[in-house]
Amino acid sequence: MKKTFIIATVLSAFISLNSCKQNNSTSSENNSDTEKIKTDGSVEQQKSVAPPNVPAPVGDRAAKKVIVRLETIEKTGELADGTQYNFWTFNGTVPGSFIRARVGDEIELHLKNNENNTFPHNIDLHAVNGPGGGAEATFVAPGTEKVFNFKALNPGLYVYHCATAPVGMHIANGMYGLILIEPEGGLPKVDKEYYIMQGDFYTKGKFGDKGLQEFDMDKAISEHPEYVVFNGKTGALLGDGELQAKVGETVRFFVGNGGPNLTSSFHVIGEIFDRVYMEGGSKINENVQTTVIPPGGASIVEFKATVPGEYVIVDHAIFRAFNKGALGKIKVTGPDNPAVYKKNP
Amino acid sequence: MRVFVFICAVILNLGLASCSESPKSHPSTSVADHQLEFISSSKKMMKIDSGSYRAFIGKDSNNIIKVKSFYIDDSPVTNAEYLTFLKANPQWTRSKVLRLYADSTYLKHWKGDYQLPEKINPDAPVTNVSWFSAEAYAKSVGKRLPTIEEWEYVGLADRSSKNASDKPHFTDFILREYQQRKSNMNKVVRQGEPNFYGVYDMYGMVWEWTYDFNSVMMSGESRKDNTTNESLFCAGGAITASDLRNYAAFVRYALRGSIKANNCLNNLGFRCARDFKN
Repeated sequence: MKKTFIIATVLSAFISLNSCKQNNSTSSENNSDTEKIKTDGSVEQQKSVAPPNVPAPVGDRAAKKVIVRLETIEKTGELADGTQYNFWTFNGTVPGSFIRARVGDEIELHLKNNENNTFPHNIDLHAVNGPGGGAEATFVAPGTEKVFNFKALNPGLYVYHCATAPVGMHIANGMYGLILIEPEGGLPKVDKEYYIMQGDFYTKGKFGDKGLQEFDMDKAISEHPEYVVFNGKTGALLGDGELQAKVGETVRFFVGNGGPNLTSSFHVIGEIFDRVYMEGGSKINENVQTTVIPPGGASIVEFKATVPGEYVIVDHAIFRAFNKGALGKIKVTGPDNPAVYKKNP
Repeated sequence: MRVFVFICAVILNLGLASCSESPKSHPSTSVADHQLEFISSSKKMMKIDSGSYRAFIGKDSNNIIKVKSFYIDDSPVTNAEYLTFLKANPQWTRSKVLRLYADSTYLKHWKGDYQLPEKINPDAPVTNVSWFSAEAYAKSVGKRLPTIEEWEYVGLADRSSKNASDKPHFTDFILREYQQRKSNMNKVVRQGEPNFYGVYDMYGMVWEWTYDFNSVMMSGESRKDNTTNESLFCAGGAITASDLRNYAAFVRYALRGSIKANNCLNNLGFRCARDFKN
């Protein structure tokens, strides 16, 4: 009896060890596999596209060299109607240009600091395997440019941001964006893709105060933003900026959170996410109402537009939506679908 | 282990790089000095009395910096003043300067070797100058560049006190000045309010070269600077800040860390200093 027990124990221990070993080897294989992907020798200059739009999907193309050019630009812009702010940006928008590549690509990143800027900047891309995510290699004074190369090893949706001291201030002023590394063969095709990034802003004046607003360091440190917005402005995804889809179309949002402080409870009122690439990684969750996106994190959400109407995009920490600006819309047009939704007279 | 070796290599590399760029050890500086023609300058200097202050950086946050008495220019060197220097020292004009001493953006906002475009104010701070050229200018007028410690010591003063670093709105004031530079940098110097010492334009116009600007290592990976073993850097300068709320100082040190001695920036100028002798 005792002997059998010992054998069983040893056996089960062996099995579990072995399975651990296998798990380890598969995950490390994944990484070294992508490290070995050869590029086909062609070079793409990635065109910069302003949010909420994204560059075209990679599809089934081979890995290649992709040249990405980002310029840090300090500029005064609208944070809300009648309220201006001195934004610090990548390529002049908040969030910065969406970077799109595939696993195995060799990315040559050029970071230029506009000559009329006042402050030094750099970039940390969470998609990079290497010191500082490129921050050390791209530390640029106004009027200078630096270049670094990295190979995209891990598929996923990643945040990039400025990491120059004081880091919090650079991020709070809008220095963040997303970089998507698609898996081999690309993400499944959808009809519409949009790029949304949440950020919290700390102004001296209260929410709604007019005129040029200064950065308020005390509010930033105590994590009490006056504004929580999508794409750098209270109305960025409203009115003319409203996102569009047709009934029957599949929609994919690449959603990031620049922070610097607040975690987003990302939700679309009246929609259920059919699929969520949790934390922007490879695991897919289905049928999700609200997904959590931390500062410095991202998520890919997908849904099918089934019923026409206006759908409100919010951070479901709901006072942020209605009192601080975390509110956008997607308008779905097309024929009614009473079998799914019907309003009775 | 491999990672550790790699990190060491990187750090060593950074350290070496910063050493080789250190103005102090640059072998060619003296070559430039030989040819310097001295000029006279009527720039007003203010006496700064000796004193001490708590360092912004340093592992020990109680690190006290002692500064001896010295003189400092009451305002940044202007385009007109720099032009006088160029006329006496043509080797520093745009067309003749050695690339080693100034990159291709040296005085790029000027029209030619001795001409300012109309839109540039002669009495505005000179910018697009390298560390080497600023150092040469200083020598030509019998002065030198201030050290970081001297510059920061003067920069602690607000209008009414020598050291305003504990006043809650001082950092806000400086950050606001920084944001307003774009519209101020082409204005005449000495138009704002002087600080306690009678020194003007420490914040609101341009960044300024300091003699030992790169003795403080800011690697660009600002988060790591807080933890790296600072003895690994040749100037012992890994950043450990004494005042984490001093965002204005962070910005200054970051700027210094991002530049090389031959860089010329649109908003980087300088002012000179001189020892005080009894």
